[in-house]
Amino acid sequence: MDFSVVADNFKFLILQGLIGIGPFIGGTLRLAIPAIILGFLLGIAVGLARLAQAAWIRVPATMYVEFFRGVPLVMVIFWIWFIIPQLLRLPIPEYGVALTAFVIFEAAYFGEIVRAGVQSVARGQVEAATALGMTATKTMAYVVLPQALKNMVPSLVTQMIVLFKDTSLASIIGYVDLTKAAQIVNNREIRPFELYLFIAVVYFLCTYSMSLLARRLERRTA
Amino acid sequence: MNYAFKWSVLWSGQSGAWLLQGLITTLELSAVAWLIAVALGILSGALRTVPFRPLRWLATFYVEFFRNVPLLVWMFFWYFAVPPLLPRPAQDWVFNHGAEFWAGTAALGVYHGARMSEVIRSGIGAIPRTQFEASVAMGLTTFQAYRLVILPVALRLIVPPGTNESLNLLKNSSVALTISVAELTFQTRQIETYTAKAIEALTAGTLIYLVLCLSIATIMARVERAYAIPGLISRTQAG
Repeated sequence: MDFSVVADNFKFLILQGLIGIGPFIGGTLRLAIPAIILGFLLGIAVGLARLAQAAWIRVPATMYVEFFRGVPLVMVIFWIWFIIPQLLRLPIPEYGVALTAFVIFEAAYFGEIVRAGVQSVARGQVEAATALGMTATKTMAYVVLPQALKNMVPSLVTQMIVLFKDTSLASIIGYVDLTKAAQIVNNREIRPFELYLFIAVVYFLCTYSMSLLARRLERRTA
Repeated sequence: MNYAFKWSVLWSGQSGAWLLQGLITTLELSAVAWLIAVALGILSGALRTVPFRPLRWLATFYVEFFRNVPLLVWMFFWYFAVPPLLPRPAQDWVFNHGAEFWAGTAALGVYHGARMSEVIRSGIGAIPRTQFEASVAMGLTTFQAYRLVILPVALRLIVPPGTNESLNLLKNSSVALTISVAELTFQTRQIETYTAKAIEALTAGTLIYLVLCLSIATIMARVERAYAIPGLISRTQAG
């Protein structure tokens, strides 16, 4: 066991692989952060649409959620990889493909969390807001969503961690994230044990600090 | 969009046989990995409650470390890094018996074992201690209390999230294509490579996954309803 391979390639693995500074367009964080933000925003829309009174909004949203929760993410990545160039008649970089796939896929999961969060808000709150003369939109924006968000924090962070880990699948289509960077180094150095264990620890430090942060946040807002 | 559909690629040539083989491999991979995951989940879940501290730490370390690292990294780890560490005869055996499949099974099983552990722990944790105390006060032995009181309730609590987690395992088995296990997604890609008909091949693969997942979910929802204890477990959506 010789961990000098990690020390020698530390800059490439961390700067290029994790952060995304280097010769390739890549980086786990550069993909994960926009994917989490956009996926959550689309997830709010999907979650609220599932609760809509009008069937023409509710039914497609339900089908969307059921579809993406029944299909592996790898499959969705391949779909986007083949479909988007066909539709737009232009080549899309791996980054665009991966980001689109993650946002579309994770929005289904975020949507379920948002729905459960909204449903967890006591019915009396909505009635009280209506009695005060607030419109449905205002009730949702000022009364229901802020309370729902608070209830959602634990499952929201869990899903963010899942998404963070899922970004490793972007390496399948050639996006140079942390996993791909380790693969590139391993192809040259043939030190799989040291390299994969090292990136496992890096992933762990990222995800575990996310869950510690969430636990603190939970205690503060509770 | 200018795309000439040719759905016949799915039933002409070898496509059908490939899809069927892929489906069988996916099911085999998932079944073996599921058994490993449940065994590890129960074992580590139990170890996390024993009074001996080092064992508790070991179990906690296993759960936290394995579920917080991407499955893909575990796939590469079990396929590329673990076999060289094995003794020579074991190495020979593994490489003669489909090393990809066993590495994929190990990665999937050990990763989901850590996640299953959380499901089982929260199921057992949801049962108030007083249930156990009441059973003992009624004159049941510890074993009887578990068999007649704790487990029947705990299992019902575990079934919905456990089903969810099992479906995740099934879907995650697709990641094994990265170490070239010839499972369903791999075969879908193979059809696409041979016929250059991406949409048809992906549609077939997607539909198989969808039917598989939805039918398991439907069956389990029925099981759940049949065994629900009225008034005790409110029918909540499994997240």
